[in-house]
Amino acid sequence: MNTVAADPAGAYTLRHADDCLMLSHRLAEWSSRAPTLEEDVALTNIALDLLGQARALYTRTAELDGTGRGEDDYAFLREEREFVNCLLVEQENGDFATTVVRQLLFSTYQLETWKALSASTDTTVAAIAAKAVKEVTYHLDHATQWTLRLGDGTAESHRRMQAALERLWPYTSELFETDAATDELVARGVAADPALLRIAWTACVEPVLREATLEPASTSWTPTGGRRGLHTECFGYMLAEMQHLHRSHPGARW
Amino acid sequence: MVTTRGGAPAASPPAVVDRIRRLAGEVVDPEIPVLTIEDLGILRDARVDAFGHVEIDVTPTYSGCPALDLIRADVAQRVRDAGYPNVTVNVVLSPAWTTDWMSDAGRRKLREYGIAPPRARDAGMTLLQLAVECPVCGSAHTGEVARFASTPCQALRRCAGCAEPFHHFKEH
Repeated sequence: MNTVAADPAGAYTLRHADDCLMLSHRLAEWSSRAPTLEEDVALTNIALDLLGQARALYTRTAELDGTGRGEDDYAFLREEREFVNCLLVEQENGDFATTVVRQLLFSTYQLETWKALSASTDTTVAAIAAKAVKEVTYHLDHATQWTLRLGDGTAESHRRMQAALERLWPYTSELFETDAATDELVARGVAADPALLRIAWTACVEPVLREATLEPASTSWTPTGGRRGLHTECFGYMLAEMQHLHRSHPGARW
Repeated sequence: MVTTRGGAPAASPPAVVDRIRRLAGEVVDPEIPVLTIEDLGILRDARVDAFGHVEIDVTPTYSGCPALDLIRADVAQRVRDAGYPNVTVNVVLSPAWTTDWMSDAGRRKLREYGIAPPRARDAGMTLLQLAVECPVCGSAHTGEVARFASTPCQALRRCAGCAEPFHHFKEH
């Protein structure tokens, strides 16, 4: 069967691919439902960028893990426990404030990640990352503008933004976890160092929140498990909706 | 470059490569059909090896550009129709595409089509022209309505002079 030795870097690129795919799917759920037409277009454009990044990362993952799987195999034919995205991206859209806060927290993480990976010793990963930096810069700008407008907006918009921040903030600690495999990839120059990412992320997120008159939540609850395939309850429902068409019509083509 | 080893037929003459590159470059972007892929700067290279196998490199504008699959198919078809049945169209990601690769002809065609072209930048990435001019009346008094528009590469603006909304192919 599998004669190619799997490179542990494949597990690393798979995490980022799954992050992109799942957030892409969540954002696409806003299609036709966003508060304004411009937002509908913006959120689905961001979803499209993320889908493109996911596709490139799945292709790279297949080269690294030696399984010869295609993009669709990763997206549609894996079970819940095989997905290794972080918990933050799978959280339900909630109100627009929740989506904006998730975008701020995750786009900042993603931008710092792609910046670091632009110098990865894996030249394919570096090329994907360098391209994604340009795209995610727009995503973060979009999230930042809305965070400032809504956080420092009306009493109601501020209340919703603060509530969203308190709901989502606990999920950010998982972004900077490390493990033995990641440490080894950092040493090889393939992966981004989570400890450095946390410093860069904090330096970027905190001033935005301050200007938006929002307070980071103080909580000791730090949910985790996404990178090991342990997801929150909402994930299975999303996956079922995402996969059912493909699984109901195996091999169907446009 | 094509290298030949002992016994292999000679490399295709440069005229053949030029012809194939020109043919491939004439394929239009399905979403903005006034632009060819040569205008957009997404046709990166064309090579023909000693056995007549054609390889063409294209690069996406944005990672998720849905037009790329169609563009690849169109390029392959066009080259096959010209008598080169053995064609591979590769996608290359590095260096990442930038609007600085758009040709002057492409910028002019965009403006005539009603889309404000991306502003040119110098080597230090500084915009050489500060205002995005309205493609309808030429006014420099325009404002951004939304940073995202009907395709990933465009933003939505409105002209304060003639009040027309228009798309801007944003600098990337």
